[in-house]
Amino acid sequence: MAFDIGLATLVLGVAAWTIAARDTFAAVIGFVAFGLLLALVWVRVAAPDVALAEAALGSGLTGGLLLSASSRLAHTNGSAVIEKPSAIMRLAAALFCTLMSAALAAIVLLLPEPAPTLAPQAAANLAATGLGNPVTAVLMAYRAIDTLLEVVVLLLALAGTWSLAPDHLWGGLPGRGDPVDRGGVLTFDAQLLVPIGILVGIHIFWVGSVAPGGEFQGATILAAMWILAMMTGLVDAPGVSGRWLRLALVVGPAVFLAYPESHAKLVILTIEVPVTLSIAATLALLVAGPPNRALK
Amino acid sequence: MSDATLYGVLGAVLVGLGLFGLIVHPQPLRKILAFNLIGGGVFLLFGVVARRGASAGLGGDPVPQALVITGLVVAFAATALAVALLLRLFQETGRATLRSDDSPP
Amino acid sequence: MSFALDVLTILAVLTGSFFFLAGTVGLLRFPDSLSRLHALTKADNLGLGFVILGLLFQAEGLFAALKLVGIWLFALLAGATVAQLIARTARMSGSTM
Repeated sequence: MAFDIGLATLVLGVAAWTIAARDTFAAVIGFVAFGLLLALVWVRVAAPDVALAEAALGSGLTGGLLLSASSRLAHTNGSAVIEKPSAIMRLAAALFCTLMSAALAAIVLLLPEPAPTLAPQAAANLAATGLGNPVTAVLMAYRAIDTLLEVVVLLLALAGTWSLAPDHLWGGLPGRGDPVDRGGVLTFDAQLLVPIGILVGIHIFWVGSVAPGGEFQGATILAAMWILAMMTGLVDAPGVSGRWLRLALVVGPAVFLAYPESHAKLVILTIEVPVTLSIAATLALLVAGPPNRALK
Repeated sequence: MSDATLYGVLGAVLVGLGLFGLIVHPQPLRKILAFNLIGGGVFLLFGVVARRGASAGLGGDPVPQALVITGLVVAFAATALAVALLLRLFQETGRATLRSDDSPP
Repeated sequence: MSFALDVLTILAVLTGSFFFLAGTVGLLRFPDSLSRLHALTKADNLGLGFVILGLLFQAEGLFAALKLVGIWLFALLAGATVAQLIARTARMSGSTM
């Protein structure tokens, strides 16, 4: 319990610093630290799959996205000084937010006892799905349509990002396309880490059927490895109008739609492979951004 | 107070903090950061509900946990789209501000 | 036997925590970013090594122990890369950070 109080205080402190920091870059670093501490909190509430997803997606990929955005917007802080709300406005906002937090905290303290739960039903039907991890069973079997829609939302976000390209760069290449710096530290790091990272990503995806893990966490690690390779110039970003790229993005949701009751585990795993590939490609391309170089 | 309730209160305070940052910061990137903070708090509230539903040999109710994983992915997609929009706005107007063009910068 | 292993774990983790504390004191007290980086990478890598050593005594089986060592090696690689990149940037910008 003392450990939990200390952890909660630490999370609160880092979150407060993220809001209060003057420099945007410092705030983003604080956000990355906040995400990692939140992953620890997830372990403490017995949700290791969510902890993996938070550390990889919520802290890792989101942090990378926000860091690159903050460095590109580094010189725009001047307007902020003029547009800052007055002290009265800040006081009113603080009051409103305190009321909001108090209301939510009151709801938490007044939650019904004994807590309603679907855990018995989830555990009872686990044998029929052939899986050992109940969260993966929920994602892939009990509420599979939710997961399909989630993958479609990712695709829609990617389509939205790509549509932000200027007209003359339509269908081009995202990223800056820097040539690889053969003697660079980051290049060396990428050459060592990317093969191992791909293995780790596949392992976390594969073991998700019986232990904490799963396709989203594994796909995030695969996406991060692709982003690292693109960042160092070891591979170039693909043109967004490429046929194979679009096929890879769409094959995941396309195979998702129906599967027979028997051989459930085999079919679930067979569906999960293209879904993982699609999600990994979509996540990496979301971080790479809209095309800003023309197709050669 | 059990540890689940403690983390529930933490989630509630995080939502309030994020909301304050969303209202008070004029820069869009800080607003996106604050929005992610609100998301973290809301997901933590889900996690507390899951933890309280521990039974049948499982440490927590898996359905809210799966919902949180879905929510994390969707929040990342929304953040990526928001950042792409912001960078495009910066590219077009040279300023990263949400104020309309006819007021003096 | 397991009591001896527990004692060794506690000693190793305490040593690791002491090195982490030393690294943080260096981060707060050193005057410029290059010396702060020096304190952080040296002390934190050693601290992490001791913590992993302590956890090795509690690991169940060879595979779990190898995973722990793998974690230490990854953290070492990432820490060294990031420290080099920050140091190069600090040097080039003539840092007053």
